[in-house]
Amino acid sequence: MTPMLLLTLPLVVPFTTAILAFLFRRNREGRWISVAGSAIHLGVGLALLGAVWEGGPVAAQMGGWPAPFGITLVADTLSAIMVVITGITALAVAVYAVAEIEAPVEELGYHALFQVLIAGVTGAFLTGDLFNLYVWFEVMLISSFGLLVMGGSRAQLDAGIKYVALNLISTILFLSAIGLLYGATGTLNLADLREAVAVADPGVMTVVAGLFLVGFGIKAGVFPLFFWLPAAYHTPSFAVSAVFAGLLTKVGVYALIRMFTLVFVHDVGFTHTVMIWVAVATMVVGVLGAAAQSDMRRILSFHIVSQIGYMVLGLALLTPLAMVGAVFYLVHHIIVKANLFLVAGVARRIAGDTEIERIGGLYAGAPLLAFLFLIPAFSLAGFPPLSGFWAKYVLVKASMDLSMWLVAFAALAVGLMTIYSMTKIWGRAFWKPHPGGLVPTLREMAPGERAARLLPIAGLALLTVVIGLVPQPFVALAERAADELLDPTPYLDAVLGGAS
Amino acid sequence: MEALVAIMIGALVAAAAYLMLARNALRFLFGLILISNAANLLIFTAGGLTPEAPPLVAYGADLPPVGVANALPQALVLTAIVIGFGLFAFALVLVYRGYQNLGTLDTDEMRIAEPRE
Repeated sequence: MTPMLLLTLPLVVPFTTAILAFLFRRNREGRWISVAGSAIHLGVGLALLGAVWEGGPVAAQMGGWPAPFGITLVADTLSAIMVVITGITALAVAVYAVAEIEAPVEELGYHALFQVLIAGVTGAFLTGDLFNLYVWFEVMLISSFGLLVMGGSRAQLDAGIKYVALNLISTILFLSAIGLLYGATGTLNLADLREAVAVADPGVMTVVAGLFLVGFGIKAGVFPLFFWLPAAYHTPSFAVSAVFAGLLTKVGVYALIRMFTLVFVHDVGFTHTVMIWVAVATMVVGVLGAAAQSDMRRILSFHIVSQIGYMVLGLALLTPLAMVGAVFYLVHHIIVKANLFLVAGVARRIAGDTEIERIGGLYAGAPLLAFLFLIPAFSLAGFPPLSGFWAKYVLVKASMDLSMWLVAFAALAVGLMTIYSMTKIWGRAFWKPHPGGLVPTLREMAPGERAARLLPIAGLALLTVVIGLVPQPFVALAERAADELLDPTPYLDAVLGGAS
Repeated sequence: MEALVAIMIGALVAAAAYLMLARNALRFLFGLILISNAANLLIFTAGGLTPEAPPLVAYGADLPPVGVANALPQALVLTAIVIGFGLFAFALVLVYRGYQNLGTLDTDEMRIAEPRE
């Protein structure tokens, strides 16, 4: 396939699916269109990753205007990995949604909005232009607003107001930063900006970098900007919260990684040192917040915050090993986190609640679900041989290599605290008998619903185990991505060099 | 000219911050309108303000004459205004629905999703 096709198909597929799903929203076909579209999206994502792995970064200029004047779509290894992982999450959640989302919500256009969200996320990963990134963020944001409040329960409206308010502030900061950066450098193309920022006034650039850090920091959910996240992620349907938990904050992390490896490397001593301490605070505060919660989804939401800290830490340390850790963590986290939210959804379906004091007996009644919970939970906490172990191991080793003992200690201690939270869910929701005397079993669901709910969970759990047992190819991919991030010459050549 | 507009943008942001710190969700929304317009003006100003020099390319020439304003930020601002309008319309409806269902505009009272311990 040509670069143009490789880069535009991952965007065209979800948009086309969205239109079809909207047209068929009153039929049962709508949900299957969404599943099929997600599968095709995953397929074109894999083709893109294959092409990038074979021949290095690919770029295409939209509308035939050469870079840096036109809008560039570009994929290096990191972008391609992220597109594939978006496809995997989208497919898992689309299958799960078949069982969970009810007809009235489908008629409002649930599947169409979901596909637009996927298109927005994919666009953010593939664009090589700063203003275009803003536009993709908006696509993502407006569809996430819709998905969050769809159904319109009181808790959802309450959460929606906070989520919308803080995300709009982040958007405005991002937009202002773009304006100032364009005023100072005269370009919006990310590859071109690298050159322009290097010769611009470093003081001005550090201020602009600070604005980007805060803007993307709100999206990513870093300390002290994360409060919208645990206020909102436990209110929508489980399919929605799984895709939010897996993908949305990670787009913020991706944008941070892109901006602070490709563009803002003029004053690493300042910007990246700030990020190290932000990362440590994020890890610690997130995990402590989780310890105080008793609702499954709220515990998991606070864990998103603490895990974001690890990824930002990898970026902030800026050594080859730390970047490998950040990329590996990103992939591992999306899979595991989306999976845990889906497990919480099944627990709610059969036991009636996600508040762990009010449920129980899941181990006795549904041992299969208990097993499927243990895999991502152990992986999240960093038990060998699951994917989380390697992700944490690489990051702790990277900080020890720099003699940052305090940082390494924090990373290990937070892992330990994560086990505490997972044990709490396990002990209360799975082991203790149900306070209502109920024995929740998977048989309460019809066979079709059972398959649609459990298949995505089993698939994602299998992926975690495979990454854990055979980490070599995944580490090789992460290494390649890290090399390209730290020395973006192939990326720059792809965007500015060849006029494809 | 730029200095005057910069002061105006500063005043807008200050007013917006004041409004957004209020507990009333509607006042917050008004603050949001002000700050999003301040951001749009900021991009516009960053492109350079040059009165009476429209960025028109003469017939047969490849480049506009020297000294005209950069037209790209104006295109960006147009995009941002449209997007901002859509988001604001959504936020307004959301707050209204919230007012109907929760019975309050006071953000301190909105504790349905995060009940007090």
